[in-house]
Amino acid sequence: MTARLVLQSADITRALTRISHEILESNRGASDLVLLGIPTRGIVLARRIGEILDSIEPGSGTVGFLDVTMYRDDLAKNPTRAPSPTQIPAGGIDGKTVVLVDDVLYSGRTIRAALDALNDIGRPRAVRLAALVDRGHRELPIRADFVGKNLPTAASERINVHLLEVDGVDEVTIEGGEA
Amino acid sequence: MRHLLSTKDLSRAEAVAILDVAEDMADVAGREIKKLPALRGKTVVNLFFEDSTRTRISFEAAAKRLSADVINFSAKGSSVSKGESLKDTAQTLAAMGADAVVVRHQASGAPSVLAQSGWIDAGIVNAGDGTHEHPTQALLDAFTIRRRLHGASARGRDLDGVTVTIVGDILHSRVARSNVWLLSTLGAHVTFVAPATLVPIGIGDWPVTVGYDLDAAIAAKPDVVMMLRIQGERMNAAFFPTAREYARQWGLDDERLAKLPASSLVMHPGPMNRGLEISAKAADSAQSTVLEQVANGVSIRMAVLYLLLSGTTGEM
Repeated sequence: MTARLVLQSADITRALTRISHEILESNRGASDLVLLGIPTRGIVLARRIGEILDSIEPGSGTVGFLDVTMYRDDLAKNPTRAPSPTQIPAGGIDGKTVVLVDDVLYSGRTIRAALDALNDIGRPRAVRLAALVDRGHRELPIRADFVGKNLPTAASERINVHLLEVDGVDEVTIEGGEA
Repeated sequence: MRHLLSTKDLSRAEAVAILDVAEDMADVAGREIKKLPALRGKTVVNLFFEDSTRTRISFEAAAKRLSADVINFSAKGSSVSKGESLKDTAQTLAAMGADAVVVRHQASGAPSVLAQSGWIDAGIVNAGDGTHEHPTQALLDAFTIRRRLHGASARGRDLDGVTVTIVGDILHSRVARSNVWLLSTLGAHVTFVAPATLVPIGIGDWPVTVGYDLDAAIAAKPDVVMMLRIQGERMNAAFFPTAREYARQWGLDDERLAKLPASSLVMHPGPMNRGLEISAKAADSAQSTVLEQVANGVSIRMAVLYLLLSGTTGEM
């Protein structure tokens, strides 16, 4: 199986920097922003965006993470998934603008689960979605507000997002599909 | 996980995994909306052949927090008192579409009969069978110890090197049995202290040290002292002369509490006989984890029900 490199470390950094600026622009500043990463790699990306936001407007990078395992619609159809912790920043999410951060946006089902999970935690003023890669094939009426890279793919292909903190290297590759 | 019948079946990794899931479940208890949709549409039957309030409502709370439907079946005043067999009861529950059955039975081994019989396809959780095991109690005890010792960094950790002294009616205690297997699997050292008449035959094969003197056990400064209830309902012979003598020799009274290191935990599975195996001061002290155990019980049972009922294969 050949893996084709689509984003390198510098590309990822550039995309996250642009996303950070777009978040600030659409929010008209950094007030009441909460970034929530979706495990596993969404947490890493949320932290990185948080750091960039902090460097642009100090104090603006409030980061937490949101586990959506218990809200998935495919729990009964897959082997048991172990949940991971959720951490909501001290100020809560009521009245805030929450930006969900995930690595790959695909069917949209994870994001649907995340919206349900948010619903049980509080009532944000607005919820936005940032994804490093949008690969298409949506099964629900969900779209991302901030996208690192649009990658048109075949459903048989696989997108691998590798990040330094988890995998020891920063890269996005695309695999398979030719068969 | 298909069934939970005994803590003997659990490996260290499996036990730690259950405790970790319970950590996530415990987080939910701190939220405004204490409910998860994970088991929507699943039916959990609490099948209780023996009186129990706290275990039953703990399982009920756990199932409801995961959005499962709960049916309570207690043998008293039911078809069982008219002479229905365990087999017919199980098949009736199967016909009603139970996905999990939480069983408490006065006979040791009843849950494992249900699990192996093929009468019912549901996942079976042992909620106490005779003098055999009470696995969720042991899991919640281990969870409580781990949380007190490691706090927020408890995830992924075992109980390596922790010393636990279990005091009281070992002979009749399924809590003690489940704890021995689980705590030693997790790496803790377990010591039993009991009157010689309340130590079971064959204890030499268990991974425990047995002692008869509580004062000596307390002088050894254990990390945890777990007091067991004197089970009046199972006392059919004179195991000790009087309740007062038991309290004097094997009860955790104020004097013994004072000799215990301030960091040692005092545990009790409940319900407590204040003044008999534990003094009121010990039960209400800051070292006591009695109420935490109750709260943690719900989290552990949520974790067990989740692991049993979600997923296709039940593998984790």
